[in-house]
Amino acid sequence: MIEIQNVHKSFGKLEVLKGIDLTVEKGEVVTVIGGSGSGKSTLLTCINGLEPIDTGKIVVDGTEVHAKSTNLNKLRQKIGIVFQQWNAFPHLTVLENVTLAPRKVLGMGKAEAEAIGEKQLKHVGLGDKLSTYPSRLSGGQQQRMAIARALAMSPDYMLFDEVTSALDPQLVGEVLETLKMLAEEGMTMICVTHEMAFARDVSDRVAYFHKGIMAEIGKPEQIFNDPQHPETQKFLASVR
Amino acid sequence: MFDTALSAADLIFLAKGAGMTIIVTAISVAIGTVLGILFGVIRVQLGAVLAAPLTFFLDIFRSVPLLIQLVLANAFMGMVLHLRFSGFTIACMVLSLYTAAYCAEIVRGGIGAVPATTRRAARSLGMSWWQDMRYIVAPLATRVALPSWIGLALGVMKDSALVYVVQVTELLKSTQILITRLQEPLFLLMICGAFYFIISFPLARLGGYLEKRWSND
Amino acid sequence: MFGYTFQWNQALARLPKILDGAAVTMEVAVLSMLIGIALAIFLTLLRLSGSRPLGAIATTWVEVARNTPALFQIYMAHFGVASFGIHFSPFVSLLIGITFNNAGYLAENFRGALKAIPETQTRAGRSLGMSQGQAFRYIILPQMLRISFLPMTNQMVWAVLMTSLGVTVGMNTDLYGVTQDLNALTFRTFELFAIAAVIFYLITKIITLGARAIAWRLFRY
Repeated sequence: MIEIQNVHKSFGKLEVLKGIDLTVEKGEVVTVIGGSGSGKSTLLTCINGLEPIDTGKIVVDGTEVHAKSTNLNKLRQKIGIVFQQWNAFPHLTVLENVTLAPRKVLGMGKAEAEAIGEKQLKHVGLGDKLSTYPSRLSGGQQQRMAIARALAMSPDYMLFDEVTSALDPQLVGEVLETLKMLAEEGMTMICVTHEMAFARDVSDRVAYFHKGIMAEIGKPEQIFNDPQHPETQKFLASVR
Repeated sequence: MFDTALSAADLIFLAKGAGMTIIVTAISVAIGTVLGILFGVIRVQLGAVLAAPLTFFLDIFRSVPLLIQLVLANAFMGMVLHLRFSGFTIACMVLSLYTAAYCAEIVRGGIGAVPATTRRAARSLGMSWWQDMRYIVAPLATRVALPSWIGLALGVMKDSALVYVVQVTELLKSTQILITRLQEPLFLLMICGAFYFIISFPLARLGGYLEKRWSND
Repeated sequence: MFGYTFQWNQALARLPKILDGAAVTMEVAVLSMLIGIALAIFLTLLRLSGSRPLGAIATTWVEVARNTPALFQIYMAHFGVASFGIHFSPFVSLLIGITFNNAGYLAENFRGALKAIPETQTRAGRSLGMSQGQAFRYIILPQMLRISFLPMTNQMVWAVLMTSLGVTVGMNTDLYGVTQDLNALTFRTFELFAIAAVIFYLITKIITLGARAIAWRLFRY
């Protein structure tokens, strides 16, 4: 369970999160929508401790993320994150990209790590690209590789930060299909996205962020068919 | 505070050495740059195959220790040709060709950095080859080449420390002579090193600055 | 012609000795590169450490190495440290001088290479649970070394050429030193040094071509 309680976060004078409260249950898929600068991406990087927060707290399975005593490297093993920019490691093959962290962080043997890596890469449809270098892959393939790389750590939670925003339009579908598959398998996911159809189809709940505040959260049917908050109505009207 | 046997006369001796370093460097860089531009343009114009002999010749200066170049030039002029050139002349000749070899590379890189489309545009306006070179290529290539050229000039100054081998008493040799006499190696070397550093460091910084500024636009 | 008779045979008879010198030259160059790369990585880490004094030490090293003659650096390692009562053999002094120079230039190359690696690479590593050190070791360092491969090759060529300076501190077992000693015996200056020049030339070509072959095999991404 991820519990986010009254989280505030500023970059210099700019307050990007103004008191966020959100609880994500095990097995739940929550998508976060909203305009740019609404703070939705920042929230994800705070959840796995890549960014510090100013006040409030984030608790993952009973561990407070930003407590001094927390071993973030340990915590991050159970929270996978995939970014808008897939950040493939260019000097490693696809398989090596995926097995690096299991081997070096989890201390897995080569054979075991490769078995897991192969399984995850097959899972995202890259089973035939194991010894290819990332530069030979399309953006969509690299992004799926990044997903497999995160999954290879057997995380309990997956965070997706606008994973299709940097892709050419014709490559968006394959990545969204992968996310959908994960959701159906019961992975706990928080997805920041601009893909409204995806949010509607896949989510258990949809949250609308506006200027650092979670303006509204609810079931997708409710958010998309009957938005309560005027900003949500305005936003949905603008993206339709 | 600090006890040294270094006299005013010794300081003048060092200053003379520094002067020699600067003179040898200035002459070699001047001649070497002119030759380097010439060689660089010729190499670009002739293309890789026709320019191969020139490329090979210039490459020798970058692949053989400067010390050996100086010794060989000295031996060749003196023992073989029986020409009585001074060490100073030999030093300047070798260092000039040495500079030219590196400069030709820089010039080639600079010309190569001018987009072919830009040059085509110039020629399509009716400019001659010479006009294209003079008004389009030269200014653009200079921008690319200048930072490297500054680095080259500073490199030649540092490498000029080797001309001692043909009996030219430049700064480092002067320092060494004083070290033998005064037995204060660290102190004397510090003075010597500081001289090189004070000239080289700001100019190297300038080169770095120009490179950064010009690569941003 | 010119009243000078080239006597190549006399010089060529000394070729085995000269080649022994070439082996010592390679030894010094390779050692100075290996230690130099290790030190350059260390200097890079000091610069990345965020500590001002540590960064200043690294920057001073780099700037002195780049802005003074290599010969000066070798003198410092030999005559300079003698002021502290430390006396190195010519071999060690030469090795220290070249290594100091290598480390300085390489550290500067590494700095440039790091700029070409997006910061998000570290972030991606950290998000997989890697420590800062692991992210540097497994993600940043290999990329840094690969980007710096060509400058490292150039520095290796430089290291070979710099070994010729050992003669100034009394080195007589390297390629230049051996040639110089033979010259004192035979006075075939031109022939002997021409042979040494050819060997130096061949060594640098082998390094350049060998590096190109390695790069071609290694860096397929």
